[in-house]
Amino acid sequence: MKKVGEPCTLYSKGRILGYKRSKANQYENTSLIKIENVVQRSETEFYLGKRVAYIYKAKREINGSKYRVIWGKVCRPHGNNGLVRCKFRKNLPPCSIAGPCRIMLYPSRI
Amino acid sequence: FVGTSRVPPAHVPSPNRVTFSMTVTFAKKEIGGAKNGGTRDVPTKKAPTYYPAEDVPVKAPSEREAKSCGVAKLRKSITPGTVLILLAGRFRGRRVVFLKQLPSGLLLVTGPYQVNGIPLRRVNQAYVIATSTSVNVQSVDASKFGDEYFGNKNKSKAKKKGDDFLAADEEKNELSEERKTDQLAVDTPLMTTIEQTPLMAKYLKARFSLSKKQAPHAMKF
Repeated sequence: MKKVGEPCTLYSKGRILGYKRSKANQYENTSLIKIENVVQRSETEFYLGKRVAYIYKAKREINGSKYRVIWGKVCRPHGNNGLVRCKFRKNLPPCSIAGPCRIMLYPSRI
Repeated sequence: FVGTSRVPPAHVPSPNRVTFSMTVTFAKKEIGGAKNGGTRDVPTKKAPTYYPAEDVPVKAPSEREAKSCGVAKLRKSITPGTVLILLAGRFRGRRVVFLKQLPSGLLLVTGPYQVNGIPLRRVNQAYVIATSTSVNVQSVDASKFGDEYFGNKNKSKAKKKGDDFLAADEEKNELSEERKTDQLAVDTPLMTTIEQTPLMAKYLKARFSLSKKQAPHAMKF
């Protein structure tokens, strides 16, 4: 079994920047995510299709855990600087903006 | 508005058409009530509530579909002996030796068990990163393992009735001797090969993890 203290990060960290939007309208079904260490559009190709998890805490325990997830996936790049558009099963709540999310390494293509 | 009268294309029946038909098997069902005849013939499968009014053409499978037979194509980077990194599941982050692809498309892998505690196991290709490291597995015979070897065989439980609900579940999952001997049979030749390469055993034992400055898109696995 895993010893305490052994690192096991199998995801890339990301920040949720907001929803897909124009100046005055926003479309909440797609979120914009900034993946750490990804700064160019060409670098996003690896992450396309990868599952994304937005993890949050709640007071009521479900299945023995106070943590809950909203799953999604990376759909396409956004802009030229490494941002990425993601669609989640349920739209992300507005409180998630500026919050962290995890970009998993699966489904893997390498 | 001047419309051109369009003649609809002639209805040519295509060779592949699904016609609605059904072979019905019946089962005898006991019916209560004095005047109901005691038993009744009931179809084992109920007729569907919907079926199309006209014959529906079956789409012919594309060349790629037909070649795959419904089984995932093995990535070029994965060959027998490749060391894989498991990305999800109980053994996430562990490195594992790939043995062969099973008929269902899943990958058969082993730790080996002595090295990192991972037994013979099935793994989905999508949840795996193939590294460029590989181990020679020619000495390993994995031909006896198929999908039937794996999978939960206790799934089909007889329906419980009445006080059986309160009786304890006697499903104690014991590791069969067969599994243990099979594991050894696969691992022992593997271990001799692994021990010949310096640091390979330690490498297989080590876990994969991303650290702060690492970006997977820039890494060469």
